[in-house]
Amino acid sequence: MNETVGTNGLIFNEPLLWEKGAAGRTGFSMPRRDVDNAPVDENLAGEGPDFPDLSEVDLVRHYMRLSQWNFSVDTGMYPLGSCTMKYNPKTNERQAALPGIAGAHPLLPEALCQGTLQLIHELSDSLCRITGMDAVSLQPAAGAHGELTGMLIIYAHHVAKGKKRSKILIPDTAHGTNPASASLCGFASIPLASNEKGILDPATLAELMDEDTAGIMVTNPNTLGLFEENITEVAKIVHDKGGLVYCDGANMNALMGQVNMKDSGVDLLHLNLHKTFSTPHGGGGPGAGPVCVTKALEPFLPVPRVVEENGRYAFSWDHPQSVGKLHAFWGNFGILVRAYSYIRSMGGENLKKASQLAVLNANYIKERLKGTYHLPYDRPCMHECVFTDKHQQAHKVSTLDIAKRLMEYGFHPPTVYFPLVVSGALMIEPTETECKADIDRFIEAMKAIDAEAKENPDLLHDAPKIPKVRRLDEVAAARKPCLKD
Amino acid sequence: MRYLPHTEAEIEEMLQAIGVKSLRELFSPVPESCCTLTHLDLPEPFTEWELDRHMQALAGTTAVSPDYKVFLGAGSYEHHIPAAAAYVLSRGEFVTAYTPYQPEVSQGTLQAIYEYQTLVSRLLGMDVANASMYDGASALAEALLMAIRMTRRGKVALSAAVHPLYRKVVETYLAPTGYEIVELPFGENGRTDLSGLDGAGELAAVAVQSPNFFGCVEDLQAAAAAAHQDEKTLFIVGFTEPLAYGLYKNPGSQGADISCGEGQSFGIPRSFGGPGLGMFAAKQKCLRQMPGRLIGKTTDAEGKRGFVLTLATREQHIRREKATSNICSNQGLCATSAAVYMAALGGTGIRQLARLNYDKSEYLKRSLAGAGISIPFSAPTFNEFVADFGDGFEGAWKRLLEKKIVAGLRLARFFPEMKDRYLLCATETHAKEDLDALVKEVSS
Repeated sequence: MNETVGTNGLIFNEPLLWEKGAAGRTGFSMPRRDVDNAPVDENLAGEGPDFPDLSEVDLVRHYMRLSQWNFSVDTGMYPLGSCTMKYNPKTNERQAALPGIAGAHPLLPEALCQGTLQLIHELSDSLCRITGMDAVSLQPAAGAHGELTGMLIIYAHHVAKGKKRSKILIPDTAHGTNPASASLCGFASIPLASNEKGILDPATLAELMDEDTAGIMVTNPNTLGLFEENITEVAKIVHDKGGLVYCDGANMNALMGQVNMKDSGVDLLHLNLHKTFSTPHGGGGPGAGPVCVTKALEPFLPVPRVVEENGRYAFSWDHPQSVGKLHAFWGNFGILVRAYSYIRSMGGENLKKASQLAVLNANYIKERLKGTYHLPYDRPCMHECVFTDKHQQAHKVSTLDIAKRLMEYGFHPPTVYFPLVVSGALMIEPTETECKADIDRFIEAMKAIDAEAKENPDLLHDAPKIPKVRRLDEVAAARKPCLKD
Repeated sequence: MRYLPHTEAEIEEMLQAIGVKSLRELFSPVPESCCTLTHLDLPEPFTEWELDRHMQALAGTTAVSPDYKVFLGAGSYEHHIPAAAAYVLSRGEFVTAYTPYQPEVSQGTLQAIYEYQTLVSRLLGMDVANASMYDGASALAEALLMAIRMTRRGKVALSAAVHPLYRKVVETYLAPTGYEIVELPFGENGRTDLSGLDGAGELAAVAVQSPNFFGCVEDLQAAAAAAHQDEKTLFIVGFTEPLAYGLYKNPGSQGADISCGEGQSFGIPRSFGGPGLGMFAAKQKCLRQMPGRLIGKTTDAEGKRGFVLTLATREQHIRREKATSNICSNQGLCATSAAVYMAALGGTGIRQLARLNYDKSEYLKRSLAGAGISIPFSAPTFNEFVADFGDGFEGAWKRLLEKKIVAGLRLARFFPEMKDRYLLCATETHAKEDLDALVKEVSS
């Protein structure tokens, strides 16, 4: 196993930007001045910011060294649960950088940006086909932004029906952003416990669902990686009381070509293009969180919509019931381009295959590790599986220790301590783009770490030693925040 | 398919290990009633070469420089992006990493964003900046919500000279919770008229944009004084063109409590309006109520300097419905782009570039005025300004499109009373001859 342990290679030290450089240097080719200086109002003129002066070489080395301190999908397997760290195709980057796309101004006359409007229209159509929903807005800039859009639509729907509702049901296996998104619309979050199988129980739901409840926010598959098997019954109970079913589609990578979201009872859902549709995460965005709805909710979608008539594309603003606008312009268009490029490269059959292989990889890991790590819900999973540190706790080894040691084997750790319904969770999502050999190496690493937990637990307690820094003092960081130099 | 690595033999082997017979059987937990979508009706897949051709055709329909001379600003600006900046930003280690939840293997992202926070704080003259919001519009909406939380007041005043699309976003964010927005008109000089503040009652915040939508630089000191007549009220300064602070006094020094806006100008391509960058900074007293991610400096087990995500107790995954925002993924890579760009410019460069931008637009403004075109607003501007071309210019504007000139943004679209007024933008990317050609065309 030793030869597969990560190594520290050539990792250089690098100071902060303002600890290098020298006043008067520049990393910028200043455009030629071909006009005269104009007078400036002295009362308004300032001194300019205190930025360091660096040469282009200073700049390039700085960021190259920093980049080498990051783990990334391009470097290795990144099985972060519920984050869908699949491979980010390079052709997507090429397309987003085309001068006609990267250089397009958002307020160009419609006749001079037909291609970008066409792309928005076609991507919308594809996402409807993939989910089974009827209409979509590509405006939300991230998953949580999509959730907010969804909550605004639910709010507007009830107002249009003549009665505001004050509550929203959120299962304990939902994503962490859900309650905060709901409260932005003034909804009180009502927690809904999952049953002993890790899924929603219609009977529990029926007790809580009433006519002051606007709807439910279901994550499906949920954060235990389990399909909500009772989704149709759940939807019926919610619908019977006049509520709406919102699906957090962050885990859609399990279901492409398998599930028709609308037929499962969902009224609206958001997708994370930076998860299911292969756009890169960028170390924390930018992403895109399109919201798909049924025909009945279409009037509430954000404006503007993009419409097509006789092969001409145009923005359409006249939707009086719309929730309004969520983004300064039309959303994170550059991300939409990447997702479009992915869908056009994959086609329907490959997207379906991708979901099948994502589920195959997760179930394979679940089966091969379940004797070694505690599996709280031993049932067929979807795109991810959740273990705990229960067995390793006997050796005073925790989920955190396992995660940190895994770095030294050359893997990014899984999502840890989430979902909260299991204690010490290790949530593993391999995605379909990891091959069997790499998954086998990951499984071997996890087994080796379990063996180390018994024989030499300090190896885990002291991990990681290989990366640029060792464990960081997060308590001190929060107690006396230092957020800038 | 090149992104799917499994061979048939491997699939068989894995199915056996799991104990199922087919890939279909893996979906046994999904009830039949949900499985009505067995075929995805999408176009046949493109090869990589076919995709290039298809995308080039789509991209070929848009009007972009150098083929077109585009004098549009209005919240999205053309600036030169250094090759070195684009190069380091294409590093897979930055592009394909997640939010830095595991700091030991994310120090690159963490230090880059810590540096970004520092540079933004210095640019805006504020105590603390967050790791980014989605864009300038949502940053403004979140700033107003933050002021509402801090003051426990339900009414805000917003200048009518704030970007009209931003104001729409603010309306959307504030609508369901019933908070009231008082609109402050703009005066003859193009600046916000704050005289109505006295009768506006208890305000959580007064928000202006500077330079405002018309390119006019607000008198921030006077606006701050007016806003702070009520000492609880927070003064918010938004912006769409942060380069202006290379020339003009920054919001912090003029009394802003919160400053937020769009950072696209700093090394981020326009990309039809997104992704951009929501910059968000505030004074120290606002720290615990700030939305978004924050990176903090700390030390590791051996005392070495390192960086972590911090003050997460404000955030949605811990504080749930009581969080300061629901934001999770933000615009991390765009923030990194902005940091690289600010570092490339440096303190010397940003002064020079801001001055050059100012001088270009002043040249265009003077030349138009010299050709007899009215410049209705007298306040100083940056990069863009309003011109009134007189009755019936719309036809001429359309004819100029055929000559591959987009002669600014028709303001009647947002301000019906501004029938013949256009917002024109000139940056360092517009050569003098392009400016001269525009003046010649519109005055002939």
